[in-house]
Amino acid sequence: MSESTRTAAEKADFKKELTDVVPHLRAFARGLCGRPDMADDLVQETMLKAWAAQDRFEPGTSMRAWTFVILRNAYLTDMRRNRFRGEYDEGVAERILTAPAGQEEPLHLSDMHRALLTLPPERREALLLVGAGGFSYEEAASICGCAVGTIKSRVGRARATLSSMLEDGDIPQRAIGDARAHRAILQELDDVAAGNGVGAKI
Amino acid sequence: MSKHEQSHGGDKAQPNKEKPEWADGLKQLYDSVVEEPLPDSFKDLLSKLDQQS
Repeated sequence: MSESTRTAAEKADFKKELTDVVPHLRAFARGLCGRPDMADDLVQETMLKAWAAQDRFEPGTSMRAWTFVILRNAYLTDMRRNRFRGEYDEGVAERILTAPAGQEEPLHLSDMHRALLTLPPERREALLLVGAGGFSYEEAASICGCAVGTIKSRVGRARATLSSMLEDGDIPQRAIGDARAHRAILQELDDVAAGNGVGAKI
Repeated sequence: MSKHEQSHGGDKAQPNKEKPEWADGLKQLYDSVVEEPLPDSFKDLLSKLDQQS
């Protein structure tokens, strides 16, 4: 790999920060791709890439935002290679969320996750970043490489869709297990990854 | 890292404004994964990173 110019102390700092964001990477990845095992593979891939690219990280900036960009790109690449194609199944989607003991209403959370997985990927990621990850619209726009207005629009649409699904109890049972829906999602991913996705549509 | 809610001055459309009833659930969904104990495979990977370069 590339020759690192970082000192041992800088590498130690980087590693500490990277370690701290791993739980967040896992949460983001699981929201994106649904399956815990694949999400974790994606996170490990992200960690290796981040480590290899650490010279490009500016100390003092957000490690979480920086690694989310790497994770997102890895996810899009994997999706385009169809690594996740046909891997979803309803049973897994149902089990995705085993709420820790004492947490109330695990059922609602699994409904929520199922509903989330039915959203077009670019809206899902926007909602995950802003609504779950607590990023500002500006930070989310920077992570996704699009305009702030685009993120606001995606979040707004995602919220509207989820609201109607969750409040009417009308969550598609098969989520993305449906082959046709899944193909449509992959097509959208191609568009998003090619940079002529939603930005061009909105 | 525990609090991500920040106010973002100048942005009128706050992410939390007019949040629907399920919005807390979304956050919970995320936080429930954040709070999971880290599997050993991650600890192994982290410990190997130093040997790589």
